[in-house]
Amino acid sequence: MRASDLPAPQSAISPLAFDYIRRLVRKESSIVLDDGKTYLVTSRLGPLARECRFESVAAFISHLQSTSTGKLHTLAVEAIATTETSFFRDHHPFAALRDEILPEMVRRRSTSRTLSIWSAACSSGQEPHSIAMILRDRFANLEGWNLQLAASDISRRMTDRAREGLYTQLEVNRGLPAPYLVRFFEQTEDRWLLREDVRKLFRFFHQNLAEPWSVVAPVDILILRNVLIYFDVDMRREVLRRVRGLLRPDGYLLLGSAETTLNIDDLFTRVPVGRAVFYQVTPKKGQER
Amino acid sequence: MRALIIDDSRAMRSILVGILDEAGFDTVPVADAEEALALLDSDRNFELALVDWNLPAMSGLELVVALRKIPNLEDLRLMMVTTETELERVREALDSGADEYIMKPFDKEMLLEKLTLLGIDV
Ligand SMILES: C[S@@+](CC[C@H](N)C(=O)[O-])C[C@H]1O[C@@H](n2cnc3c(N)ncnc32)[C@H](O)[C@@H]1O
Repeated sequence: MRASDLPAPQSAISPLAFDYIRRLVRKESSIVLDDGKTYLVTSRLGPLARECRFESVAAFISHLQSTSTGKLHTLAVEAIATTETSFFRDHHPFAALRDEILPEMVRRRSTSRTLSIWSAACSSGQEPHSIAMILRDRFANLEGWNLQLAASDISRRMTDRAREGLYTQLEVNRGLPAPYLVRFFEQTEDRWLLREDVRKLFRFFHQNLAEPWSVVAPVDILILRNVLIYFDVDMRREVLRRVRGLLRPDGYLLLGSAETTLNIDDLFTRVPVGRAVFYQVTPKKGQER
Repeated sequence: MRALIIDDSRAMRSILVGILDEAGFDTVPVADAEEALALLDSDRNFELALVDWNLPAMSGLELVVALRKIPNLEDLRLMMVTTETELERVREALDSGADEYIMKPFDKEMLLEKLTLLGIDV
């Protein structure tokens, strides 16, 4: 539990109010809230309730209940999502991207000179921006390529932050190599701003994975980390099915370190790369990669 | 693995010793640069050094420069652990031979992540 998840006094909500939020969140985002996550609802809706001038979370929820689904409901759902992330999260997957996956892809695409990467639950942007820094650092030869670099999240607050590229000291202290900090960031008072040429590499947009996807072109590297864990099995299966339709035959899927396609979708092959694990769509019999 | 910890704050030394001990290091904490250099005269068997910037006499930055001149210590991984948070300071430290840089305040997980960046398995 994070300190910020501790409920403020007098923020109690009724089981009915909790149940309403749970259903709303499930319906709109596929995120499953387990029993006993009341503290999470109160702590995460608290700031939004205050911002919208409700006197309590309970009052906010009863307003939501009494109005038809609209902007406030969307904001509430986005506020519930766990958005924890960091630069180069878990290190090894990014080392594998840098040393194996990206060099391989660049080699394979040297004729078409197109490369497409989608970070599909990018939170405040550390994940795509880590890749952007790797590209700037190691792949300067992609000048003139058609790079389709996309990053999305259900939360517009998060994609706004990601686009802005402004981070706290605590955030740049986590997982980011100091040489990259020096090379790719500027300091602005108490914040750290990712340099524009890196910040602008990825295009950020809103995408709820539970709704139809706006990304339709085939993807070479799809990064879908630490988001499936919040969904129920049916939604995980549905998302992975769509991923299979979107990945190029030789493309790679990267999941979070605690996530797997195993027992959800058996049409993926697990591919260990360095000290990380990627997934590829299992080729149909007689089909070559 | 052995780690040398150079920090003039007793509290900070004990925090760092605590984290590194738990991560399986043998730790040797000292309070200033002179003590660190004296120690290294006879014992260079260290993989990691954590260096505070603001030390009483010789500064942490000067210590980093000195450490990088000691023969048979080239593989030592050097990380500044400091309240200095200016970008220029980070640059100066790296230019002087530090491999990593962590700004206070930090927690255990952040420190361990930095060690991973240094290629140290924790
Ligand atoms: C824990 S963060 C992970 C961020 C990053 N991928 C990482 O691994 O560090 C989960 C992210 O998934 C987003 N998310 C949750 N439900 C979603 C949905 N239905 N569609 C798109 N994004 C969603 C949240 O807003 C949040 O930013």
